[in-house]
Amino acid sequence: MSDQNTEALEPITGIEVPVYLDYNFTAGRATARFLTGVKNGKLLGQRCPSCRNVYIPPRGCCAACGVATEEEVELSNKATVESFTIVHIPIPGNPIKPPYVIANLVPDGANISFLHVLSECKNEDVRIGMRVEALWKDASEWDYAMENIQYFRPIDEPDMEVEEIGRLKDA
Amino acid sequence: MRDIAIVSFVQSDCVRDAGAQNEVELIMPVLRKALDAAGIQSAQDVDFTCSGSCDYLQGAAFAFVSGVDPLGAVPPIKESHVEMDAAWALYEAVLKITMGQAESALVYGFGKSSPGELPIVLSQQLDPYYMAPLWLDSISTAALQARTMLDNGDITEKDMAEVVARSRKNAKSNPHAQLKGDVSVDELLAEPTYLSPLRKHDCCPVSDGACAMVVATVEKAKEWGKPYAVLKGIDHRIESHNFGARDLTQSPSTQAAAKSAGVANGPVEVAEIYAPFSHQEIILKRALGLGDDTVVNPSGGVLAGNLMMASGLSRIGEVAMRIIRGDIKRGIAHATSGHALQQNLVAVLEEA
Repeated sequence: MSDQNTEALEPITGIEVPVYLDYNFTAGRATARFLTGVKNGKLLGQRCPSCRNVYIPPRGCCAACGVATEEEVELSNKATVESFTIVHIPIPGNPIKPPYVIANLVPDGANISFLHVLSECKNEDVRIGMRVEALWKDASEWDYAMENIQYFRPIDEPDMEVEEIGRLKDA
Repeated sequence: MRDIAIVSFVQSDCVRDAGAQNEVELIMPVLRKALDAAGIQSAQDVDFTCSGSCDYLQGAAFAFVSGVDPLGAVPPIKESHVEMDAAWALYEAVLKITMGQAESALVYGFGKSSPGELPIVLSQQLDPYYMAPLWLDSISTAALQARTMLDNGDITEKDMAEVVARSRKNAKSNPHAQLKGDVSVDELLAEPTYLSPLRKHDCCPVSDGACAMVVATVEKAKEWGKPYAVLKGIDHRIESHNFGARDLTQSPSTQAAAKSAGVANGPVEVAEIYAPFSHQEIILKRALGLGDDTVVNPSGGVLAGNLMMASGLSRIGEVAMRIIRGDIKRGIAHATSGHALQQNLVAVLEEA
């Protein structure tokens, strides 16, 4: 290519190629049962028949043993903080004003943690092993979503020892 | 290549819509049966595991990671994945065994295509700058190919209908088939065209399901004491994604893979061919150099049910099981990927 032609061309730095694909997504049998439980104000885990671990949300399978989980276990509203972070960055579309606490919570009776918001406490007071409970929204607002729980809040119980978190007493 | 033993193979039913089941729930039953048939407990009992799937099918990001859940991967296992049909996962396992890094492997493929519009989803396999933005779907590209063949005089519409009629008839003996039955060529030709010149029955159906296979070195298979089929050769080749640069009426990549895999080294009693469209079976039969003495797609092939990301491995498994059952001594299997037979894999199987 001659110098003249090179000068004549505008550099192309990108093209717009939007992709839209429509799906009728299905959660899976196990997760659908879990979401139906949440819609009715219950946290339902599933127990592995082999290692006895309780999964929440359940996916229909124990990822450690590779066997189907069928036994349903209703879990407590109480949970223990396994880990946490204080979010300082505003996230577009998120109505919660930073700084706020996101925690890995292990509900009583389960081995696996899930993420939720912690509130009604000072951010600097949040610690691993802290005992908390779910504050459910009004039942009229319940849907197939974890947002049915507005947030978790501290309760007046002694902290759990770190090595006890996620250990099942009846397993 | 060294001989590889195919010890077990299991495929699920091909169903139009697996309902609420997710990928984990689709995989678990076939994995269990394939492991049981090989006489082993879990993925812990093989040296390597490889899966084939595509997250775009069900529209779930990282669905392939969830696909590891049914394995029982604690303590950690050696695991890999191809964003392709599981026939290529088998190819990876064969390389692993050939290199001496594994003596046995579990290979599986799964696809839940029903949640999306599959032909549109597959448009994303095209080159992203010039063709994918045109939303050229997988049926349209096959129609372009069929039109070229018809206008060339390579095939007639009757030839295409004959492929479909034979598929439906053969599928009657396949418990996993989705479409089966007795239908005449005249009845098929009386149907209206769908995407001209293709009629609906010229196109494979959309199916949900999974399949799994256990392979090993011949020594390991003997140690397990299970009957097995021997994979004598396997190769795959790819052509340009630029349709203008290809002769769509031929499949040189299949021809090259067939030569390298050793298709012509003996009689071919059975050929399981992955032809998602009727005219493609004719292209492939010619590229594989098959004569009239070869039984093509005794299972009905994928026109009777097409498990995306599993159908290619299923073709190999179908032939392997016929050998293990003692029905035949030698057969070949073919898998395809991409639009209008862009990429092709050929495997040669023989009795032990």
